[in-house]
Amino acid sequence: MKSQRTGAELKERSVNGQLLEDRTGVRAPLTSRRTFIREAATTGVASIFSPGLVPISDQGSATQAAQFVLPSATKDVTPFKVHVPQAVLDDLKNRLAGARWPNKEPVTDWSQGVPLAKAQTLVEYWRTRYDWRRVESSLNGLPQFRTQIDGLGIYFIHVRSKHQNALPIILTHGWPGSIIEFLQVIGPLTDPTAHGGTADEAFHIVIPSLPGFGFSDKPTEVGWGLPRIANAWADLMARLGYSHYVAQGGDWGAGVTSWMAKQHESGLAAIHLNLPILFPPPPPPAGGYTAVEQPALAQLVKYGSDGAAYGLIQGTRPQTLGYGLADSPVGQAIWIYEKFQAWSDNKGDPAETISVDHMLDDISLYWLTETAASSARLYFESWGKDFGRMDIDLPVAVSIFKGDFFTPPKVWGDQTYSKLFYWNDVPKGGHFAALEQPELFVAELRKSFAGMR
Amino acid sequence: MTPENDLENRTEAIAPFGSRRQFIRAAAITLGTGLLPAGPVPINAQESGEKAPLLDVPAATADVTPFTVHVPQAALDDLKNRLAHARWPNKEPVTDWSQGVPLAKMRALADYWARDYDWRRAESALNSLPQFRTSLDGLGIYFIHLRSKHERALPIVLTHGWPGSVFEFLEVIRPLTDPTAYGGTENDAFHVVVPALPGFGFSDKPADKGWNVMRIANAWASLMKRLGYERWVAQGGDWGAGVTTALGHLQPPGLAGIHLNWPLVFPEKIPTEGLTHDEQRAVDAEVIFRTQGAGYFLEQATRPQTIGAALADSPIGQAAWIYEKFNAWTDHDGDVDSALTKDQMLDDISLYWLTNSAASSARIYWENSPSSYAGGKIDLPVGVSVFPKEIYRAPRSWAEKDYSKLIYWNELTKGGHFAAFEQPTAFVRELRACFALLRA
Repeated sequence: MKSQRTGAELKERSVNGQLLEDRTGVRAPLTSRRTFIREAATTGVASIFSPGLVPISDQGSATQAAQFVLPSATKDVTPFKVHVPQAVLDDLKNRLAGARWPNKEPVTDWSQGVPLAKAQTLVEYWRTRYDWRRVESSLNGLPQFRTQIDGLGIYFIHVRSKHQNALPIILTHGWPGSIIEFLQVIGPLTDPTAHGGTADEAFHIVIPSLPGFGFSDKPTEVGWGLPRIANAWADLMARLGYSHYVAQGGDWGAGVTSWMAKQHESGLAAIHLNLPILFPPPPPPAGGYTAVEQPALAQLVKYGSDGAAYGLIQGTRPQTLGYGLADSPVGQAIWIYEKFQAWSDNKGDPAETISVDHMLDDISLYWLTETAASSARLYFESWGKDFGRMDIDLPVAVSIFKGDFFTPPKVWGDQTYSKLFYWNDVPKGGHFAALEQPELFVAELRKSFAGMR
Repeated sequence: MTPENDLENRTEAIAPFGSRRQFIRAAAITLGTGLLPAGPVPINAQESGEKAPLLDVPAATADVTPFTVHVPQAALDDLKNRLAHARWPNKEPVTDWSQGVPLAKMRALADYWARDYDWRRAESALNSLPQFRTSLDGLGIYFIHLRSKHERALPIVLTHGWPGSVFEFLEVIRPLTDPTAYGGTENDAFHVVVPALPGFGFSDKPADKGWNVMRIANAWASLMKRLGYERWVAQGGDWGAGVTTALGHLQPPGLAGIHLNWPLVFPEKIPTEGLTHDEQRAVDAEVIFRTQGAGYFLEQATRPQTIGAALADSPIGQAAWIYEKFNAWTDHDGDVDSALTKDQMLDDISLYWLTNSAASSARIYWENSPSSYAGGKIDLPVGVSVFPKEIYRAPRSWAEKDYSKLIYWNELTKGGHFAAFEQPTAFVRELRACFALLRA
């Protein structure tokens, strides 16, 4: 295992004056991990074991779909590597090859969802040209871990900067995003001097997967809404030894981040949001909304009437929807692709702003980890409940990427965040800010948190 | 085409076998590579390694052409293969249906579908009835058409909804056409027409937009005319109520009255006070439906193609999407199987799957995008039967405001949204009682 440890990880020992092993859990002798793996294999708990050194062949039952099983997490911070069994990738390609398609939509645009021709093009690329091993290598080039928080195994990427004064930050993705959204910003944020910045712009970076997403566990009980996730993130930062940190997010990530601020999580100094949950503050002003507020109101109306169905079905019947998406990679891909098109900054084709490979990295992560239903359940937990406007009295920074589907005006921020210390309207980029405009995203975080170290 | 000619076509189900063979042969030649579900000439399924077996139906013409269902064995084998290789989500973190179909329930249904269910039985049931296709307004429409032996029978067009189908009406067709064999008198007889909505079942899938309920109503009026009916009635629930309500507005020549088991009688603007008990109950039920039960509705109304991609490719996805509604909208004791048998539910589900009509059926929501349940005022005679487990129970007070000739009203004690499917005997009784008032 030691060979897999990166320089950044090893630095942790000196920086925090604490034994690395205490936090990473790698102090356990290799043999004991092997023993665990062997036991798991014997008991059939982990028929396919992703991070282990010992490859275990997959369950070859003809009537059983190939499965990807996570090792159970402990309270230790345990290094984790991604290795999707080949059988799972083969199964994906088989399913794509045998896809049965609906007939062509009777419209000439995206108004009924992803047009058939677009869907078929994406799926054909996925089947014949896309390479999951490429992104797997990228992930495995980063220090990844799992640790159990509040009973649930949470996966995260954790890259420490070489700069002593770096500011720890926890970046939280949303739906249908994932940790994939942040891969391009990790280098610039942790190593600014190699990416056009200065040493005092450095961050230590923590990027967890939400419960039910990616390589985090899927909750087996209700209750994993935003407030609980926010608490878990604070526990994670504490477990990593960070007593002064900031948090960032958009989409559900903005929900988690806002709740961290609202709950005054210990050590949290400030937050940055690229999709602030700034629904119009009640009550409506006596003279009606101003011109600067009208566009955002119109966006909300349009979203409610023509853009929120995915949210309502995920919020009310995630399990029903989950059957189709768990069983059909085409269904899963199209369910997500629609949102890349609708929410990114493009003139019709999402590939203008997010490469097809990046979209499929994200889609593949959902498919391979079988997280359609479990990710949808976050809507059941929190959509229309915890995901709403909330007054925040911690320092808040906001970057509005103008291609997002909701771009609230600063006046709503002023009315909601008592310490709104940064607001910028970024002319390019949309809902998937870090994925679409990594350089601008990095610049926003550097500017926002310049005075926080 | 004259009514006389239509009559000839109409009776073609009992026409000499030779003429049917001729049609089928002609269709097979025209279709070339297609699969022909009808007829005695078996045609092999398209078995490209990369193509799922397709079920094609012969092109419809302005003639009323007999139709027989025969799903290629390859399509059934493909279904079983997909069921055997289903990949399942993890178990829901709740102990009820609040997140949708529970995993154990869904697995049990899929197991039954894969092992015990027999599509050929359903197919035989359909093929025991005279079925046809004809082109209406450019679209091939499938329908069952069973004439009563009683001369004075009243023609009726029964329209299903979503996620229902012609299967909803299978058990009421013979009692309606042959009342003397089913506890009625010959004065209760109907000639029964049961079409599949555009994009549903063995009707064509529209390639162009515009097939809203009014256009469908127009097509139904043309169909009844083509069948030679000069005086007829119409019935429906769910989208069938939408189409039947549209017929009420359209008032096509010959339409004598309608019956609804889900009357769309909400006021345009719902009063916030002064509601009666029944009105308040309907308002409350609608709020629950809109906030908790309308996810499928909004998705189908706004992104039918997206949800269609998953449901076209995954039989368990298609099954769950429908099974949820059978559970939610039928009158059962906690177990949906007590309202409908697994075979009944799977007949309907299989029809959606085998005809690959998840997306095309969902598009009826996109076409209509109703923002309310205000069906508007109707001046033709209207009859209503309210079944207790309906999504909302229509208040009589609202019906009286909308329907100037509310000739029949009854509130039943058993049954839900799928009235004919769940309570065929009561449903037949309702139609007999209602339309006794309109017989000439």
